[in-house]
Amino acid sequence: MGMTVVEKILARATGVESVKVGEVVEPEVDLAMSHENAALVINQFLQVYEGTDLDPHVWDPDRIAIILDHRVPAESAKTATNQKKIRAFVQDEGIGKFHDIRGDQGGICHQILPENGYVRPGAVVVGTDSHTTSHGALGSLAFGVGATEMAAVWALGRVLNVEVPGTIKVVVDGTFQEGVGPKDLILHLVGKLTAQGANFKVLEYHGEAIQSMSTSGRLVICNMAVEAGATSGIIPSDDETLRYLSDEAGVEEAIEWVLPDIDAEYDREIFIDVAELSPQIACPHRVDNVRPISEESGRKIDQIVIGSCTNGRLDDLETAARTLKGKRIASGVRMLVFPATWRIYREALRQGFLMDLVEAGATIMNPGCGCCLGIHQGALGDGEVALSTTNRNFKGRMGNPEAEVYLCSPAVAAASAITGEIVDPRAGGF
Amino acid sequence: MAKVVLKMEDDISTDIIYPGRFMATVLPSETPQFTFADNLEFNRQLVEGKVLKGSAIVAGYNFGSGSSREQAASTLEGHGLIVVARSFARIFLQNSINLGLRTIACPEIEAEVGDELELTGDRVLNKTTGMSFEVEPLPAARQAIVDAGGLIPYARRLLVSEAK
Ligand code: SF4
Repeated sequence: MGMTVVEKILARATGVESVKVGEVVEPEVDLAMSHENAALVINQFLQVYEGTDLDPHVWDPDRIAIILDHRVPAESAKTATNQKKIRAFVQDEGIGKFHDIRGDQGGICHQILPENGYVRPGAVVVGTDSHTTSHGALGSLAFGVGATEMAAVWALGRVLNVEVPGTIKVVVDGTFQEGVGPKDLILHLVGKLTAQGANFKVLEYHGEAIQSMSTSGRLVICNMAVEAGATSGIIPSDDETLRYLSDEAGVEEAIEWVLPDIDAEYDREIFIDVAELSPQIACPHRVDNVRPISEESGRKIDQIVIGSCTNGRLDDLETAARTLKGKRIASGVRMLVFPATWRIYREALRQGFLMDLVEAGATIMNPGCGCCLGIHQGALGDGEVALSTTNRNFKGRMGNPEAEVYLCSPAVAAASAITGEIVDPRAGGF
Repeated sequence: MAKVVLKMEDDISTDIIYPGRFMATVLPSETPQFTFADNLEFNRQLVEGKVLKGSAIVAGYNFGSGSSREQAASTLEGHGLIVVARSFARIFLQNSINLGLRTIACPEIEAEVGDELELTGDRVLNKTTGMSFEVEPLPAARQAIVDAGGLIPYARRLLVSEAK
């Protein structure tokens, strides 16, 4: 019987010929990523060693990545103290893949990992963040775990309790219309699957629309796979994977591809033709409450947000800058832009995108998670409405349960910034 | 016997159980103050100690969806709550097992606030309505972590035996 990508990766990582869906395995980990919640991981890690006469040391400091991104620069003394504790641990353990709050190295973990070449096809990547699914864009099996699970990984080098997930094959054909892209595709798919439709499953993406999609777009559709409950999203590696790793991520060594067998067995198959797809909007307070933009056009917006690990990449900023160049954001509307990483920020600065956005009235925030999870900066007032390129719109997500968050693509967000209400970017004039 | 103290719909996210703005608080012992922080009434009952340990939350499908923050499990565990849901989101379920929060997957559960539930290994009996529902058993590998008292003692045991 043939294997899907996830089955192949788990078989290799557990050192067996093959694995079966539902079987519980303990795969070795190639990369273990944490952000500020490393503070909790450290606490749990030390507890694992408590009462033993062993010295607490991580299993492999080269395979651990820690990125400070969720609340940067620190919004409170408590966070700053946690960050300080993390720095000391990184130093003591010699953890190399550490990205501090600095313009020459910082940013959101889910963009730092790919752009620094930390993720390879076939790797097992775990992260103490649910959007770790993003890294399947480079052909790895990447999934979120809790901090205590991560503490066990730091100690033992493997994940102790992985149920081999079934795979849903998502075949995406056709060519996107102008103004429609990967974010619309994944919103549409989450709406179709529902928030739990892919629970305990992997989404394996195929089809010509995926093959012709850049890694930036692939990161978007894997990032939000978790919004349908998926363990991970995976794109079988291809020429674009190699191009990205060698040209953009500076990876020099040979890269091995992991592809599904022709006779791999899937739980189900879903076919989507993007030629017919219109811009999509996820309405409050559920990511799977997705509607075509025509149903939401005209809704008044108080705050536009462009950024995050979902849509804070250079092509997203370029789309926004092209739309807003020489124009003005509607009065009474606040537009917040937070590039995913400082590398993107620097490039957007060089290419003039940030200047175009600022002149149009946008506020540029520093790379990091910013207002995505409502911890610091960019909170909404009671009854206010945000239109955001982030990935979650749960009640309270942006810091105020009395506010509403709509999710969309950068093209929709930028066009709507000009009108102050939700507008279809295909309408022209943008 | 577990009294139902809260009934919730499908897809309850970890942002509802433990809002992101309290994530600077990480230690399991500190998290219970923020349980369902945006549900002011229920949060007050919990914080004031008016909810008995061993009480149950009954929920629909996909309880614990969203963020991987394990504060969502530790915050409930800190109050000794039990969650009986039609199904659970993957990371939340694993976090609960790792941290000792009792979760019961009961695909057909029907209960209202105030009902008394009797939880046996393989069934949930709603004493108030007289209805009984089947429980989905945990896979053996997960049960082993529960039996060890959580992932920390479980991992510790492995670590010590592998160090030899
Ligand atoms: S940008 Fe938002 S979704 Fe992405 S890692 Fe940060 S908090 Fe999570």
